Amino acid sequence: MRRGHKSTLETQLTSGLETGPKGPVLEDGSRVAVLGGGPAGSFFSYFLKQMAASIDLDVDVVIYEPRSFTSSGPAGCNHCGGIVSESLVQLLATEGINLPADIVQRGIDSYVIHMDVGSVRIDTPLHEKRIAALYRGNGPRTSEPSDVGGFDRYLQDLAAAKGVRIVRQLVERIDWSGGRPSVVCPDGSRETYDLVAVASGVNSRLAESIVAERPDVRLAGKTKTYICEFRLGRDVVERCLGQSMHVFVLDLPRLEFAAMIPKGDFITMCLLGDDVDDELVRSFLAADEVRACFPGGTVPEHVCHCFPHINVRAADPPFSERLVFVGDSGVARLYKDGIGSAYRTAKAAARTAVFHGVSAADFREHFLPACRAIDFDNTLGRMVFASSALIQRWRFSRRAMLRMTTREQKDTRGPRRMSGVLWDVFTGSAPYRDVFVRSLHPAFVGSLLWNVLAAVTTVPKVPTRGPRSTL
Amino acid sequence: MTSGALGRVYRDGESIVVQGEMGENMYVIQQGTVEVLREEAGRMFRLTELGPGEIFGEMALYEKAPRSATVRAVGEVRALTVDKKTFLRRVQEDPSLAFNVLRALSARIRALDVEVVALREQLRARREET
Repeated sequence: MRRGHKSTLETQLTSGLETGPKGPVLEDGSRVAVLGGGPAGSFFSYFLKQMAASIDLDVDVVIYEPRSFTSSGPAGCNHCGGIVSESLVQLLATEGINLPADIVQRGIDSYVIHMDVGSVRIDTPLHEKRIAALYRGNGPRTSEPSDVGGFDRYLQDLAAAKGVRIVRQLVERIDWSGGRPSVVCPDGSRETYDLVAVASGVNSRLAESIVAERPDVRLAGKTKTYICEFRLGRDVVERCLGQSMHVFVLDLPRLEFAAMIPKGDFITMCLLGDDVDDELVRSFLAADEVRACFPGGTVPEHVCHCFPHINVRAADPPFSERLVFVGDSGVARLYKDGIGSAYRTAKAAARTAVFHGVSAADFREHFLPACRAIDFDNTLGRMVFASSALIQRWRFSRRAMLRMTTREQKDTRGPRRMSGVLWDVFTGSAPYRDVFVRSLHPAFVGSLLWNVLAAVTTVPKVPTRGPRSTL
Repeated sequence: MTSGALGRVYRDGESIVVQGEMGENMYVIQQGTVEVLREEAGRMFRLTELGPGEIFGEMALYEKAPRSATVRAVGEVRALTVDKKTFLRRVQEDPSLAFNVLRALSARIRALDVEVVALREQLRARREET
């Protein structure tokens, strides 16, 4: 057993007080399997190799991912809205991971919020493109090969450059023998590892089969979402949506969040809520505010669509002995910034494995706090979305929100309380805790009440629709 | 600049940070080159040039002091702004985030060491000449 391998400085910088491993640790020649080559799997592998190299620890890391992410359509798709949040773009740049222009379909510099009472545009505070709209795979069905690549492939290449091996094989299950996990593939091949990181998301049955063998772990909870792609051509997309992500605050039951994202020749539409189904999709597409975003007010035929699941409840706990769940398989931020959650959980798991150990006790002490922080923030997030649902329900409250935001956007020097709250709710840039605290600020509450009063007592103008008529 | 390019575009000769002003952000160069200039006794000294992937303005993250130099675009430059608040909040949760910035600072100290030695050597040679 290796019990050293870390300097005082590294320990203090990465984890606070020295506590020592509680069981097995990674040592030179240790083998780590990562199941799934999406962002969580690639981030975990990348940081594991990087951190291990920083203390001269030589670990063999293998990503199992059957898809190559080089083909367009379902074969190379990872069923995701494909937004890298403002805060994650900055953090990755700080890490030395600068998203190149050839994997970003569109840099986003603003959000346009559409309601039945009008639309309002909120710009980034610095008027800078710091949100990346991209494809996780290689683009939707009917997309021709282009110079713009997929995000998942880009991250895999980064991991591979660190020495991670990518195995294009499906994993059937994990067998346990002598306390060590063995990865079993459908062709019967079997490899034993010192640690397995599950990064297969919530849309594969692999996590279910793994958890069936580990009764100490409860699987992550999930809900159904809707994603579809419209092909309108670059010029039309530019004309309709510009460089903005368009979100919709509509009074539709079960709908928590809906957005349209410009991506080259395509528009990606995402609907998140409580088990999104065909009926909810039809109601949404029939809304005037949605139709007004398309040329001629007509929603075109989509080129592909899916109802993927997202994580809405953390795996409990998201680890076991020599086993850790990262990304959506473990815990994810409610409705937002799934790639950001993948980054945070993957890095926390890699840090634990390299600097502490791979036992359940080590993950409990060093990995679980990061997961709990996300989970606790989601509790506040549910309260934020519940408040948002209340505002969506009444026309006068929607008018008050629009009035407050519009006035803030016109006044370049005054405080932007509502704009800031909406920006952080829609972009997923700040923790829900921050949004929650700011929305309780007396100045915010006072201003909102004043605008509610003004909205109730003034005669509304006939709303103008569409992004070109934004206030 | 393509539609997928992130950050803000600065024109040739445009100052991104200005010596003496208070700073709140760090910058990561995405594309192009910048020059770092310092004004001393009314004269402008060119300290160095930085390229894609390199950071500047990082001192503002750690100290509340005016910018120590001016950074100017050489040709068209695209740079991403990293907010002090975003960075410091996340560093509390994940101190390893500071490694990359520390690495850049360490490289700069190393380069300064070389420069100090070269300048001392030049000074010694001049004194010997006179």
